[in-house]
Amino acid sequence: MKCVVLGATKGIGRGVARLMAERGDSLFLLGRNPSDLAATAKDLEARSGSGGTVGTAACDLLDSSTFETALDQAEKHLGHVDAILVTAGLFATQDDLEQDASLRDRLMHANFCGTIGFCEAAKDRLLAKGGGRLCVLSSVAGERGRKPIVIYGATKAGLTAYLNGLDARHHENGLRVIVVKPGFVRTTMTEGLKEPPFSADVEPVAKSILKAIDKEQAEVYVPGIWRFVMTAVRALPRGFMRKAKF
Amino acid sequence: MSVRELVGWGRFPRVMAEERVSEDLAAATHEVNLTRGLGRSYGDSSLPGRAGDVVARTTAADRILFFDEKNGILRAEAGFSLQELVRVFLPRGWFTPVSPGTQFVTLGGMVASDIHGKNHHVAGCFGEHVRALKMRVPDGRILEVTEESEPDLFRATIGGMGLTGHILEVEFQLEAVPSPWIWGESERVANLEELLDKQSAASEEWPFTVSWVDTVARGRGLGRGIVMKGRWATSDEAPQGPPKIGRSFSVPFDFPSWALAPWSMRIFNHLYFWKHLPRRKRGIVHPQKFFYPLDIVQHWNRVYGSRGFVQYQCVLPQGTPRSVHHRFFEALSQGEVGSFLSVVKDCGEEGKGLLSFPKAGVSVALDIPMRGRATQELVDTLNEIVVDAGGRIYLAKDSLTRENHFRAMETRLPMFAEVRNAWDPELRLMSAQSARLFGDRETEAGS
Repeated sequence: MKCVVLGATKGIGRGVARLMAERGDSLFLLGRNPSDLAATAKDLEARSGSGGTVGTAACDLLDSSTFETALDQAEKHLGHVDAILVTAGLFATQDDLEQDASLRDRLMHANFCGTIGFCEAAKDRLLAKGGGRLCVLSSVAGERGRKPIVIYGATKAGLTAYLNGLDARHHENGLRVIVVKPGFVRTTMTEGLKEPPFSADVEPVAKSILKAIDKEQAEVYVPGIWRFVMTAVRALPRGFMRKAKF
Repeated sequence: MSVRELVGWGRFPRVMAEERVSEDLAAATHEVNLTRGLGRSYGDSSLPGRAGDVVARTTAADRILFFDEKNGILRAEAGFSLQELVRVFLPRGWFTPVSPGTQFVTLGGMVASDIHGKNHHVAGCFGEHVRALKMRVPDGRILEVTEESEPDLFRATIGGMGLTGHILEVEFQLEAVPSPWIWGESERVANLEELLDKQSAASEEWPFTVSWVDTVARGRGLGRGIVMKGRWATSDEAPQGPPKIGRSFSVPFDFPSWALAPWSMRIFNHLYFWKHLPRRKRGIVHPQKFFYPLDIVQHWNRVYGSRGFVQYQCVLPQGTPRSVHHRFFEALSQGEVGSFLSVVKDCGEEGKGLLSFPKAGVSVALDIPMRGRATQELVDTLNEIVVDAGGRIYLAKDSLTRENHFRAMETRLPMFAEVRNAWDPELRLMSAQSARLFGDRETEAGS
């Protein structure tokens, strides 16, 4: 598979990219920091051992002018693109987001406007070649408005709605949208937060995501238990959510 | 960034401290007082030395930065784990030149503890195979450190328990292997005398040797055990295909403290000894089983209960009379607490690290449940034997040695202190262990 990854330098994106490299997929990495991208590309090349090079280009969810050039470079390097994976995004606690207006703006912009803007560009590229897979990390946080994730959850709820619409609109044209909804995953993004039940490590989560891409699953919860947990949480009455701590 | 309880693998002692973790290790180590990896050193060497000290954790900085497939030279960030190395490179014909008894360690930790393995008598410590380090030195600068560029710092950092600077990257030489499988032989032996003889004979012929000792048996059976030997299997001997990574199991909760009593230790050791029913076994062995037998059980330290345990490892130098070895094992089998699992290994010559543990002689590693005063007394008794014999202890395992014993056995300490002082006169870097053993507290009070 030939795959473009936005967000491979860290966390879950790094985990999925490694699995892809180790099984021989061709990769092109997009991200903010060129030296960080270059080091990550080297890591993936060494793990792959195929002798192929992993290309990189600068791309920032907070700067939509970078999207087209970055995707141009990716297409030039890979030739045909089979899949585009978006794992980049920002996270901050509700307390921090309430206190810091500029952090709040950045997070809302990156997770909603930026990600959707990038997906629009990515979708156009895939459709122009007859289709392909667009796999995007949303979150279980977008399933129900809750106390600790009011704003972050709202960005992910919006993103999920967008991706569902994209699937409805372009499935028949060959676009395969894969919405991933991770629960709490132990990464540097979640470091220091209190771990809820069903917390997971990157490796099994990355494996599930890769399987979802391979099988073109429209929607996947990782770990899978979250599908049931969130079904229940969505059904809880409003009065209960006002009292609940989660 | 978060304040949490930090422990070593022995889960004694426990310290609350702020721990930073980032993919960007250079940023994470800015103005912190110690760096730790997977926390697999047993005692207090990866724990902060002072209240308010901050530690960095390397585990998110785990990228391979360079690999020369032809010559087997690997450079990676300090948080790259041996487990990943084995998983990625063993099927491609490369292995770490020196491996400890677990693969859940990072490169940074392997350098800081200058780990040794079953091949110490032929390959030396890990530090012998290190070509270069990238470090954040205590004054904040980031330097490329080699034996040529900074010989003192390089030698002090190999086995320097992370006290000379933060290790950011490690470049080292891998070993080419003819197959990913081991050809092994093991032999049951009746007593300590036979065990030491057979082991030193084995080390003449085999690259990997180690012995398990029943330290509960007394009298004529004192020191009975199993001598294990191995070498890489040739491609003709090896089974088709690479060894599969097997399932692992997890100890789900802390065992109650009564579970680890003399009776259960006796049963375990007895079973382990007689499980090896034929006196001699030989054949192909899975590399995971050969190098990392305990890794299959995640959280095995929970077997020791919430009070934790201490590991104790020492080397009794070459030429130590056999009567001293007997005295050592007798002290162990007669004490109030004993060792659950005990391992003996021949060591080769001392390496280049200023504080590296091994030197020519016999190394003994013990797992002792933490039972307060009784455990402290046992460690004191063993240390007195070690001091008299001119041996030393392994810092990566220690949590109970007293400063006077350590100073008596570690004659190289002033040399190390001189280098450390040159690079870190204010002792910005400190661990709970260095505060306990190296006299760091006095320096702090006097400065």
